[in-house]
Amino acid sequence: MEIDPFIFRLSIFILSIFLGYYVVWSVTPSLHTPLMSVTNAISSVIIVGAIIASLSGVSENTFEVSNIFGFLAIILAAVNIFGGFLVTQRMLKMYKKKKKK
Amino acid sequence: MISTNLSAVFYLISGILFILALRGLSSPETSRKGNYFGMAGMTIAIIVTFLFIGNFSTGLIYVLVLLLIGGSIGAFIAFRIPMTAMPELVAGFHSLVGLAAVFVAISAFIKPEVFNLGTIGNIKLASLIEMSLGAGIGAITFSGSLIAFLKLQGIMSGSPITFKGQHFINLIIGLSIIILIYFLCKTQSQNLFWTIILISFLIGFLLIIPIGGADMPVVISMLNSYSGWAAAGIGFTLENTALIITGALVGSSGAILSYIMCKGMNRSFFNVILGGWGASNQSLSKLPKEKKPVKSGNADDAAFLMKNASSVIIVPGYGMAVAQAQHALREMADTLKKNGVKVSYAIHPVAGRMPGHMNVLLAEANVPYDEVFELEEINNDFSNCDVAYVIGANDVTNPVAKSDPQSPIYGMPVLNVEKSKSVLFVKRSLSPGYAGIDNDLFYRDNTLMLFADAKKMTEDIIKSL
Repeated sequence: MEIDPFIFRLSIFILSIFLGYYVVWSVTPSLHTPLMSVTNAISSVIIVGAIIASLSGVSENTFEVSNIFGFLAIILAAVNIFGGFLVTQRMLKMYKKKKKK
Repeated sequence: MISTNLSAVFYLISGILFILALRGLSSPETSRKGNYFGMAGMTIAIIVTFLFIGNFSTGLIYVLVLLLIGGSIGAFIAFRIPMTAMPELVAGFHSLVGLAAVFVAISAFIKPEVFNLGTIGNIKLASLIEMSLGAGIGAITFSGSLIAFLKLQGIMSGSPITFKGQHFINLIIGLSIIILIYFLCKTQSQNLFWTIILISFLIGFLLIIPIGGADMPVVISMLNSYSGWAAAGIGFTLENTALIITGALVGSSGAILSYIMCKGMNRSFFNVILGGWGASNQSLSKLPKEKKPVKSGNADDAAFLMKNASSVIIVPGYGMAVAQAQHALREMADTLKKNGVKVSYAIHPVAGRMPGHMNVLLAEANVPYDEVFELEEINNDFSNCDVAYVIGANDVTNPVAKSDPQSPIYGMPVLNVEKSKSVLFVKRSLSPGYAGIDNDLFYRDNTLMLFADAKKMTEDIIKSL
């Protein structure tokens, strides 16, 4: 019998949770704020779903309800992606070591 | 344009890049590179999606324009936001992710064939469960983060809002969501789907209103975690590896941060979520207090003490952020260092309104990060230090947490500030902190209270140095 593809995705999901567990514990506490802003930025990869929803198939009617929700989701996710990565960048730039005299 | 398999490989690559982005944060040196990995992962995911759909009609132009609009707003906010407002910003961003998840789920529900999930009224069972979970958690993330945002921004009062039967109502609503999802799977009814989303908004709202300002580090971390699980739910619906991996990463990251924050307060997660301290101890703080003698001083006294010290430890807290005193503080430290005083900073895990809040503010003021230490790293050094300069922190320095089992904060890890030869405590009045209890430190012989605004006092000290 074949394995349901759902089980494959579930395996990826569970393994990623473990991976996340170990990776996040190794994050230094002083970078916890950038960690939150960058996780926020990457969770906006949900924009993938938004793009599919807005470009869904038919080109003759771009403004069906489902497309509109896709469009709205794109704006929200885009704010997060740019905002999240750039503010993280801005924060990380500030972390400096002591200057050796 | 490109096959499902090829795009799946690219999504996997962007998932791996996201892992590297988090991995980079293990030290400040590698973190900047990590952020670029994250951006690369996002770019790959977006381009692959365009290529996979292969629809280059007018719709694509709309999408690009919207991306540009959202991106400009995001970039504008990112460059303009003051560092003290990071907690609000992160809360606000979480709410957007949550809402985006809700919108994608709605779109998938009303047009399932686009996502290959079946047809209206006949959506695959697994997909239906996944999308309603994604939408539900997304909705909770949205309304919860919105409340957190309003509280942090000061638009809504930071004090806990509680009413009778609150937890019971939340429980009922929580259970009803599960029951509704069950019926949604049986009937595929559109109305049920909308109802699930609506009451999820409601419970997100109800969950956060009883939580007080100083518990915000836990709340923000928890909502961070939720936004991840919502993304993962949508990832399962769309059968997209990048989303599943990212959702799991973000979900566990937020969960770990909440755990660290709870441990920093020695409280269980449920104790925080069910609205703790601020609410239950109000009666306690109203008890008439005996007048105890307090020594207070001025900027000249403080400057004199610090100038003659060989080591000074600075303990910043939320009050420093409110007073925007971080730049003045660094100036003071620079002057002290010129006089040969060793200066370091001690950060409690829950100082501020979000994890790592103080570290960012100090970094903004150009404090080198190797002068900044976590609680465990520095706590033994207080006994060898001449002056502890407490600015804007309160409960996290209260020695009662170590000595009095009756105290609500007993067992909470605190900074051993009282062990230093003298303590300079900058505070506007003797009012208790968030926990609603008196700080024993105020009345110690080696404590000198500096009654003033944190920034003003620090500036005055610089003048007298």
